[in-house]
Amino acid sequence: MEYSLSPADLSAIWLTLKLATVVTFILLLIGTPIAWWLARTGSRWRGAAGALVALPIVLPPTVIGFYLLLAMGPNGLIGQLTQSLGVGLLPFTFAGLVIASVFYSLPFVVQPLQNAFESIPERVLETAATLRASKPDTFFSVVLPLAKRGFISAAVLGFAHTVGEFGIVLMIGGNIPEQTRVVSVQIYDHVEAMEYAAAHGLSAGMLAFSFAVLLLLYTFNPTGKRK
Amino acid sequence: MRRWLLTLLLLIASLPAHAGEQITIAAAADLKFAMDEIIGLFGKSHPDSLVTTIYGSSGNIQTQIRQGAPYDLYFSADIAYPRTLKAEGLATGEVQPYALGRIVLWSVSRGALKLSDLTDPSVRKIAIANPGHAPYGKRAEEALKAAGVWDKVEAKLVYGENVAQTAQFVQTGNADVGIIALSQAMSAELSRQGSYTLIAQSQHQPLEQGFILTRRATNNAAAHDFARFMASKDARTIMIRYGFALPAETK
Repeated sequence: MEYSLSPADLSAIWLTLKLATVVTFILLLIGTPIAWWLARTGSRWRGAAGALVALPIVLPPTVIGFYLLLAMGPNGLIGQLTQSLGVGLLPFTFAGLVIASVFYSLPFVVQPLQNAFESIPERVLETAATLRASKPDTFFSVVLPLAKRGFISAAVLGFAHTVGEFGIVLMIGGNIPEQTRVVSVQIYDHVEAMEYAAAHGLSAGMLAFSFAVLLLLYTFNPTGKRK
Repeated sequence: MRRWLLTLLLLIASLPAHAGEQITIAAAADLKFAMDEIIGLFGKSHPDSLVTTIYGSSGNIQTQIRQGAPYDLYFSADIAYPRTLKAEGLATGEVQPYALGRIVLWSVSRGALKLSDLTDPSVRKIAIANPGHAPYGKRAEEALKAAGVWDKVEAKLVYGENVAQTAQFVQTGNADVGIIALSQAMSAELSRQGSYTLIAQSQHQPLEQGFILTRRATNNAAAHDFARFMASKDARTIMIRYGFALPAETK
């Protein structure tokens, strides 16, 4: 393929990586307590909470995009909150994309973590408690090492899923260079402007990246014979 | 469960096939309101024809037709696109100019605005259609440059995928002002919500709009009927009501 990436393409790639990194970090922070609660609670709200977290898997991105656009607008709840905090409105901003992506990729982080936490026997935690380990201590020296694979899966899937986001970005992004024009949108623009060579350059890169990520995940973290 | 599924399949298979001819129209998003009315009127005189419409950006539709999209008529906001398709042998008959579009500044809360007002700090986000593939976006860019404000407002611009999404960014309050089609601003829905100021035609290249019958529609009599209907007095009246200037009597 005779095509070298243009500065606009490179800036889209950089933006996408930045977005995915920030989102993955936030998701690990908020996903861990959610997954822990879902894995351990006996609450009757468990089912409802689990369903809520899983919603983005089944909802079309257009639904999420549409409601976020309204909610983040000047008359929406989030919009009024951000305005009163002096941050302005979120649509068409990087911060807005981060929030949208956190919603969108949440199940891809929570579910592997939840599975990992559920596979830790209760007995192990009780033993730690009888040894007078504090709760945070138990978490960092017992749970974290045991759930290591879950964390790796969660981080990889959260990152990759954010990179693959398109519909929501198209609806709330406004296609702004260096703010919201991520790789998937840049490809769409190339195709619409009939710059097929440019679209190939980025698309082939995405294909290779996605395959490499999944290959890594399945090679080093086989789900089949996990003990 | 299995029986239920079977029933459903039978039900779908037995949906009545339409007796008359089908027409699929792909049109630029600025035509949405006028075209819906024209199709309604066409349906009255052609009750057997089933008309389906797809609205999008002109550039996008052109790409789709090139890739074999099943459209019989293509109404572009820029006559250059159907001309290209014609040159590539993808059209039946001539490219027919049908209207001259106008762009307007449209806002929900700000009343009458001039292009020079856009540099005001209180205007934070300005929505235009993507100049890369939406004709109205290209004209918006030209007008902003002609008014000498492009350099100052470029950082405030947000780009709609087509002119309909551009209006929607303003409707939802996420952009303060947008440059959209006059035909949209004059629609019942949008004129209720906001107000517009015409942008002088001297500020941009003309928005000469044209349509073609695609090669696929060669033998589709209903599609040919619709093409003729566009030149009828009734259709022209609707187009004028939505602010389009019309080419002199078409043949």
